Amino acid sequence: MKLFGKILFSAAMFGCLASGNVMAAGNKLVLDGSTTVGPIAKAFASHFTKDTGVQVTVSESGSGNGAKSLINKTCDIADMSRPMKDNELEAARSKGVNPVEHVVALDGLAMVVHPSNRVNALSKSQIRGIYMGKYTNWSQLGGPNAPIIMIQRESNSGTQDSFKELVMGKDNPISKRTETQASNGAIKSRVASTPSAIGFIGLGFVDNSVKALLVEGVEPDAKTVKNSTYPLHRPLFMYTNGQATGIVKQFIDLPKTAEGKKIISEIGFVNYY
Amino acid sequence: MIMSGEELSSQGRSSAFVVSARQRKWQKISKTAGESTLLLIASFVAIIVFFIFFFVTRDAVPYFQIRGFKEFFTSTNWYPADDPPGFGALAIIYGSLMVTVGSALIAIPMGITAAICLSDVIPFSVRQYVKPVIEMLAAIPSVAFGFFALVILAPLLQNFGGTILMWTWWVIVSPFLLLAIIVASELLSAKVSDEKKRKRLHTFLSVVLGIIALGLLFFVGNKLQRIEILTGTNALNVSIILSFMALPTIVSVSEDALQAVGRDLREGSYALGATRAETIVKTILPAASSGILAAVILGIMRALGETMVVWMASGNSSHIPSPWFNYLESVRTLTATIAGDMGEADQVTGSARFHVLFAMGLLLLVISFICNFISERIIVRQRKVLSGQ
Repeated sequence: MKLFGKILFSAAMFGCLASGNVMAAGNKLVLDGSTTVGPIAKAFASHFTKDTGVQVTVSESGSGNGAKSLINKTCDIADMSRPMKDNELEAARSKGVNPVEHVVALDGLAMVVHPSNRVNALSKSQIRGIYMGKYTNWSQLGGPNAPIIMIQRESNSGTQDSFKELVMGKDNPISKRTETQASNGAIKSRVASTPSAIGFIGLGFVDNSVKALLVEGVEPDAKTVKNSTYPLHRPLFMYTNGQATGIVKQFIDLPKTAEGKKIISEIGFVNYY
Repeated sequence: MIMSGEELSSQGRSSAFVVSARQRKWQKISKTAGESTLLLIASFVAIIVFFIFFFVTRDAVPYFQIRGFKEFFTSTNWYPADDPPGFGALAIIYGSLMVTVGSALIAIPMGITAAICLSDVIPFSVRQYVKPVIEMLAAIPSVAFGFFALVILAPLLQNFGGTILMWTWWVIVSPFLLLAIIVASELLSAKVSDEKKRKRLHTFLSVVLGIIALGLLFFVGNKLQRIEILTGTNALNVSIILSFMALPTIVSVSEDALQAVGRDLREGSYALGATRAETIVKTILPAASSGILAAVILGIMRALGETMVVWMASGNSSHIPSPWFNYLESVRTLTATIAGDMGEADQVTGSARFHVLFAMGLLLLVISFICNFISERIIVRQRKVLSGQ
């Protein structure tokens, strides 16, 4: 009886705790998703907060997570560096979410190596050969006699999906020896400190610490990405639930404004509009 | 109800120790409420463990229903995002074991040595300062360790890997070789009965063995120096960092075990004429052995379950290194795979891909439950032994 009373009391207290609800506040925006789109979203966010006073939270957890957040309605805008997949769209519809695609900018996928590497240019099939494990030494590609260290992104990265789509193709698995890093920045720092490494990062992340290779003889820069002569280019997206209205629309239209265009080219991406 | 003497006298004798019915009721209610709160909090912690086990198992079972056991445990094809997907986790399980064993090989000798030093060698006043400093290692967040591994240790291994390996070899092996030379020449020359001849043989043996040992040191050291470490994010890097993370646990728990051996045993040993070294090796260590073993298991579990450092610094390539003991290649572990592949694998979008991560989680849970159970048993046994039952 005594123990029963205690358990009953405990259950009652637990019930009280559990019924307390978390309330969402109104005047703020939550963005989640790609680490590639992240810098754009963050720069927009600080500009937007200054202009309108709306609090904007930006998380960078990968395109896949962004889609997941939008589907689960935990964010207002999903940043993605790849289009939504069919199964994601399906999952969204089954939960009553209607994802609408907005292109915010264009990005080139830069193949980067250590600055000391003699190799300056590769063809798409050579890059594919490297990542399939067909070429294992830089000397096979006109470089120094050193084994190639390949670095890729983790599986929930939109950059990784773009790379697989633009370079690898469907039936060519990436070699098991390929190392995995969790962000553009991590790949850059690994390549910058490893003489025989090769990796791929968004064009906006390229700086003097690494060397971007010519692909099919074309240098990756704003012009070649915009006119599509550089083969490894892709659009960057923001997804909203239904057609954007109110502050969401105001935010998503930033790339069309002069201010927004300036921000995008300042952080190294290419304007779409 | 407790009352002071003054209150007693002022209230009068008749009502002093009699509690009214109302008061008794309130006492009972508040007692029940207090005890319930404590029970609630205590049981909450236990319930959390059961819930984790239940939900992980619930989401792990569908994987094995969909894909069976064979692929998961025997294939090394880890292509969860491809079409058709591959869910072979053998290389990943192997990677987990590899970094755990590697870190244990570094952390166990270091940790036990440090514990002996703390409990029986350095003065008590110094120990009071040193032990908290070692325990502070446990307070460093794992992402800070990971950052160190990725940004500092990895380039260091790439640029000066051979030299670092050579110096490590010298520092670790030369004291042991010196000890071996002294003991061997002593033993080999002991049979000669003539004093003068024995001394001469002893000197001769020491010199010859010394030259051989030096040759060995230089030969292997030279070989090691020529090794070029291609990638700094490898199993060795992670093993080193994980051993640092396991050290505070091992040092702290084994030091407690050594302290628990007690003064009487130590003084008994000294009274029998044993030196300090003999006391430590032959009396204290055997007496504390089960406690030290428990410390080791706790440390290993820390290394096995660590995620952030491994995810940042192991390189995450899901293959079994060749040859199998090559710590200079990058590996992928269970924990890092769960962390890295979780994002894309939504419950709604990819079923086997989602559940395979829970299968890995279940595997980790089972391993750590077994370790925990063993160490628990060992601690109980030690308590019995020490209390003389």
